Amino acid sequence: MTAEGIGARVLRKEDKRFITGNGRYTDDMTMQRMGHAAFVRSTHAHARIKSINTDDAMKMPGVDAVLNGHQLVADGIGNIICGWMIHSKDGSPMNMGAYRALESETVRYVGQAIAVVVADTQQQARDAAEAVVVEYEDLPAVVDSLDALKDGAPQLHPEAAGNLIYDWEIGEEAPTDEAFANAAHITRMDIDNNRLVPNPMEPRSALAHFDPSEEHYTLYTTSQNPHVARLVLSAFYNVAPENKLRVVAPDVGGGFGSKIFIYPEEIACLWATKRVGRPVKWTSDRTEAFLTDAHGRDHHSTAELALDANNKITGFRVKTVANLGAYMSLFSSSVPTYLYATLLSGQYNIPNIYANVKAVYTNTTPVDAYRGAGRPEATYVVERMMETAAKEVGMAPAEFRRINFVREFPHQTPVIMAYDAGDYEASLDAAMKAIDYDGFAQRRTQSEAAGKLRGIGMSCYIEACGIAPSQAVGSLGAGVGLWESAEVRVNAVGTIEVLTGSHSHGQGHETTFAQLVSDRLGLPTESISIVHGDTDKVQMGMGTYGSRSGAVGMSAIAKALDKVEAKAKKIAAHLMEASEGDIEIENGELKVTGTDKKLTFTEVSLAAYTAHNLPEGMEPGLKEGAFYDPTNFTFPAGCYICEVEVDPDTGVVSIENFVAADDFGTIINPMIVEGQVHGGLVQGIGQAMLEHTQYDEDGQLLTASYMDYTMPRADDVPSFTLETTVTECPGNPLGMKGCGEAGAIGSPPAVINAVTDALGIRDMNMPASPNRVWQLIQDNGMKQAAE
Amino acid sequence: MTTVSMTVNGKQISGEVEDRTLLSTFLRENQGLTGTHIGCDTSQCGACLVHMDGKAVKSCSMLAVQATGSAVTTIEGVSQNGQLHIMQKAFKENHGLQCGFCTPGMIMSAIDMIDRLGTDLDEKTIRHELEGNICRCTGYHNIVKAIKAAADEMAEVLEAAE
Repeated sequence: MTAEGIGARVLRKEDKRFITGNGRYTDDMTMQRMGHAAFVRSTHAHARIKSINTDDAMKMPGVDAVLNGHQLVADGIGNIICGWMIHSKDGSPMNMGAYRALESETVRYVGQAIAVVVADTQQQARDAAEAVVVEYEDLPAVVDSLDALKDGAPQLHPEAAGNLIYDWEIGEEAPTDEAFANAAHITRMDIDNNRLVPNPMEPRSALAHFDPSEEHYTLYTTSQNPHVARLVLSAFYNVAPENKLRVVAPDVGGGFGSKIFIYPEEIACLWATKRVGRPVKWTSDRTEAFLTDAHGRDHHSTAELALDANNKITGFRVKTVANLGAYMSLFSSSVPTYLYATLLSGQYNIPNIYANVKAVYTNTTPVDAYRGAGRPEATYVVERMMETAAKEVGMAPAEFRRINFVREFPHQTPVIMAYDAGDYEASLDAAMKAIDYDGFAQRRTQSEAAGKLRGIGMSCYIEACGIAPSQAVGSLGAGVGLWESAEVRVNAVGTIEVLTGSHSHGQGHETTFAQLVSDRLGLPTESISIVHGDTDKVQMGMGTYGSRSGAVGMSAIAKALDKVEAKAKKIAAHLMEASEGDIEIENGELKVTGTDKKLTFTEVSLAAYTAHNLPEGMEPGLKEGAFYDPTNFTFPAGCYICEVEVDPDTGVVSIENFVAADDFGTIINPMIVEGQVHGGLVQGIGQAMLEHTQYDEDGQLLTASYMDYTMPRADDVPSFTLETTVTECPGNPLGMKGCGEAGAIGSPPAVINAVTDALGIRDMNMPASPNRVWQLIQDNGMKQAAE
Repeated sequence: MTTVSMTVNGKQISGEVEDRTLLSTFLRENQGLTGTHIGCDTSQCGACLVHMDGKAVKSCSMLAVQATGSAVTTIEGVSQNGQLHIMQKAFKENHGLQCGFCTPGMIMSAIDMIDRLGTDLDEKTIRHELEGNICRCTGYHNIVKAIKAAADEMAEVLEAAE
């Protein structure tokens, strides 16, 4: 290892521009003659559009154009796609309603784009958008997924009878039913997973430019995967062929999944820029973000766990209804199916699992992947069930988990996943020790003496990351392969550019990816630059989501480095008249083993480019590319324990201690990994304690600003104690598993298990807000008990 | 249109704006100082925080004309002579930022916190004082750590100067 290699806490290379105000985000950009776009949005959750009158808007100062969906369709812009085909259990393909970037006939959620105004300034565009008169014929709306499935519910799409998108299953039903028939104990729970809004701090933005002489478009946008955006914009929305469309995702201010998708606004800006003959920029305001960024979660589940007389799990049966909102977003179909139900085995040896998932249309914002995407929902179901079952059979929650842990690897679950490596007891032990689990009883007594209720709860999560083997996901319905690409470009003087298809929007790739190269070649990270986020610079790539950039993106870099090293060794061997097998690379030098002969990496690079003296037949240059397709998912796992104190007078829950013990396999930069865990934890704790997306019965979003939607703030959360255990992932060259989502996946059940423990109750829904907790205390007569 | 004049990062500037132009818009679009960010519409997130006459203000919640005659400091004006401010260094050294979008507001808020309360800050105070700044990436853990580290370093600098 070098000082800046794998495992070193290297400070981030990218930080200087951010701490000095020199970050370059999409909305920071401007162009000559640039116009500003503003969208006319539906104020109704469900309505037929009778007319759109733009006369007044067109007369307003600075207005260039008001464009609507009829013109969009006439220009051949394609409908918005969903990139993952799911088949119902009867074999029929999912029922997908038509989704247009600008809707001109029937609107199905508040905030849906109807028309776009382009004007000289943002204020002029917004003023004109308000002057567009849309006449609506109201239709009845439905917001809850269970209501949407009822007979007589308002119907959203003619393509989806009963609002049912698919009725999907996984696992074997009959043997699972048999396990329940023979069970010594059955735990049954109704479990909801509340709807969240991702809320990266940088709102979405798009700046589109069309060059008529070259028939070429450029789109600067807030994307986690600019190449996927170009592919979809080109192949499905017919904006332009790929070679005539450049997509750039510059500095992007957080994504958390919500910037994976290609939204109506980006399509509309690209389309409008050609029509109006000037660059067009749109930047979302925060309320638009609440209304139109894809939401996350929103499941209703019923779960049943069957135990034998020794409290070993014999069966698990889950029925889930997933609310996908008014339209199917890009990867929405995969989230409550292959990213959710395949993780229902948790860390446990469960011989029989059966899950049924119904995905449903409602008059709400589309729902898609949000940090964890399906895996938080699975973990919440599994870990709420484990905690509750343990208490019902009178076992300590840790002991009940221990006797059911998977202990031999590889382990094939009944729901597709084959766990490759792990040590679940190690992370459980580490977490229990760090939080002083044994001292809890005494701490509870102290809290009781002070009139407070104290509780402790744990969560042993597993997730599947490093998505994913292309052939496997293809067989499950994915429309894309999920490999990653890399190119290592050695310059003539030995400095290096690494071009990667991964995209950093806070994860620190410019540092960690350089650390890998530094580790391999012994060069300082300052001589290594990471290039990403521009389809003109980087070969095809699949982008960053699902904690894949380490396990998949860096594996591609490692593969390209293998080729660079091999060629550099050949050149060095030739120059030093040694055998290629005797060349070692160390500290930026290529050495002949057992001699003092050596060349610097710079000398070898220069030789590659001068090409004066290369081995016979060798091409000049030192630049290699690789595509890496994963061999399996990776399986990060760990144990989180939360300890809370509840004030029975106010219902306020305070987290007294929170311990996270994670196994991420190989860690490149512990400082950055810890930061990822901290952030994930607060998103998960936010879900469990504060955040909740609320619609009224007419489909108006009540929580559409930071005045109404409770974002976690600094004084809502504690500092954290983190522990690390390591089992290396055998599936990729670096042994990495991924760390980006674990915090958000593992923490919600730990919090709710702690709060229900404090209150001495079995069931409660997230978030554990003061009013909900206070009401539960009143309902259960606990206030008197505490006093 | 109205002419507004003020001092921004030590330079006297003026510009023509519509009366309704927010200070944040003026700084970003008229002055090209894009380090000041817009993260919400309700003066909740603090990404737009700047200093006006030595006090922290959310530049999205005042008009540019209201800053006439004032001295405004933005994130671009915090470094002096190419030297990072102690607070900027502390954010880097403690990994107090990830995507960087909230970071300028956080740094401006943290500098103001120490200006008002001094350098003897405990974790509870720092967390309470950050009430007006939202971060979605870091979980605040390392932001709190960075501010504490900067406060401690500034205390040492002050002590050495005495």
